[in-house]
Amino acid sequence: MSTGDGMEKKINLTLKVWRQKGPDKKGKIETYRAEDISTDMSFLEMIDVVNEKLVLEGGDPISFDHDCREGICGMCGAVVNGRAHGPSKGTTLCQLHMRHFSDGDTVVIEPFRSRAFKLVKDLVVDRSAFDKIIQAGGYVSVNTGGVPDANAIPIPQEKADLAMDAAQCIGCGACVASCPNASAMLFVSAKVSQLALLPQGRAEAPTRVINMVKEMDNQLFGNCSNERECEAECPKSISIVNIARLNREFIKAGLLSNEK
Amino acid sequence: MNWVTTFFSTSVGKKILMSITGMSFIGFLVVHLIGNLTIYGGKDYFDSYVDHLHSLGPVLHVFEIGLLTFALIHVLTGAVLTFQNFLSRPVRYQMNRNAGGRTLGSATMPYTGAILLIFLVFHVLHFHFADHTVKTTFEIVTGYFVNPFYAGAYVCVMIVAAFHVSHGFWSAFQTLGINHGKYTPMLKILSLLFACIVAAGFGFLPIYFNMFI
Ligand code: SF4
Ligand code: FES
Repeated sequence: MSTGDGMEKKINLTLKVWRQKGPDKKGKIETYRAEDISTDMSFLEMIDVVNEKLVLEGGDPISFDHDCREGICGMCGAVVNGRAHGPSKGTTLCQLHMRHFSDGDTVVIEPFRSRAFKLVKDLVVDRSAFDKIIQAGGYVSVNTGGVPDANAIPIPQEKADLAMDAAQCIGCGACVASCPNASAMLFVSAKVSQLALLPQGRAEAPTRVINMVKEMDNQLFGNCSNERECEAECPKSISIVNIARLNREFIKAGLLSNEK
Repeated sequence: MNWVTTFFSTSVGKKILMSITGMSFIGFLVVHLIGNLTIYGGKDYFDSYVDHLHSLGPVLHVFEIGLLTFALIHVLTGAVLTFQNFLSRPVRYQMNRNAGGRTLGSATMPYTGAILLIFLVFHVLHFHFADHTVKTTFEIVTGYFVNPFYAGAYVCVMIVAAFHVSHGFWSAFQTLGINHGKYTPMLKILSLLFACIVAAGFGFLPIYFNMFI
């Protein structure tokens, strides 16, 4: 990556980071200097640099989640200056580059906050509530046997595209973090939509939507009030059109199926 | 639990209750506003509209009971949703910025709702339970509107109502699953338009009385 003029720039930042030793410990904001940060670095690489210095000084490095660092796994995420995954639209934290910051900036870094996401340490939160929702219905039951032929079931391109749009959700939790109500509706609606749009997922659609919504409530996420902060923050730009689809599926399942 | 209570006790179900009741209030506001416009026709015109309305008798009472029931559902469900949402983020952010989704209307729904509820209590006391034997409805209305305090408060509350419906209108459709690129942009414009109509349509009445009568 280049800064445009072919010259790598170095910046210095002040970080204000939420530090908390464990789930039930008291946490607080601590201040750190991030010095000589190349603007070509990603946000996570910047924290790596700060952590290396912290370790050399005998301190406790800042814990944060990450895996692919390519914006595809959904592991990373923090609230940076009040915005989930930072200020850039459609970007995961690992794909946020330091060229979006200026020398001398103060950067506030906090974990995703929600009653359903228990804090593990520093910026790491437990998002297994999402797994529970998936277990409640975010799948298509397939009996074992021969692998079905690809393209055996014709799917109109438009439907396939919509399903693919929804399938882009990487389960990062930024929608919950940015929702004023800490609601998980965008995530759940992406999963419900992805499967409800395809013939393979249609058969179980009523059971799926009801069970997933119930599990979502069970995990103590808030209620959606159509604030649209989620779609504005989602690194995959999942649209709230999916939430409308979930609502439709839910009404249909409630009124037209035997599911309760 | 039977399926109805299960359905409406979920988060989505409760939102559907808010949506259906909210939509009926929007319908009610339209009818109420059309009725109010007869005020511009003068005392006799307005009072004869009121008489016609009252001559509906039992039909009117059915509507009133329906509205009251819907109001109770809307207020109670809204209170539960707000309370649950308040609990859903026990540790708040030190720094919080909007990404561009929220509007003033959407962010203030519980508060504007509470103000409207307080207003409604007084509104019903002042007009519905007023003694209609000594004064005509027109006289009761003008009696309040010439008082600068009541007139000012009324205009303010109508602006509050406009903010409430600016979000509530399109949001009610979204909750029922009615969102499509074909018409949602139009619904959002209609939302704002309707909000302006509410603010101007109702809010101008006391101004009219104080300035022109
Ligand atoms: S909907 Fe977007 S913000 Fe929410 S979990 Fe999926 S990718 Fe992340
Ligand atoms: S680390 Fe995989 S999406 Fe950021």
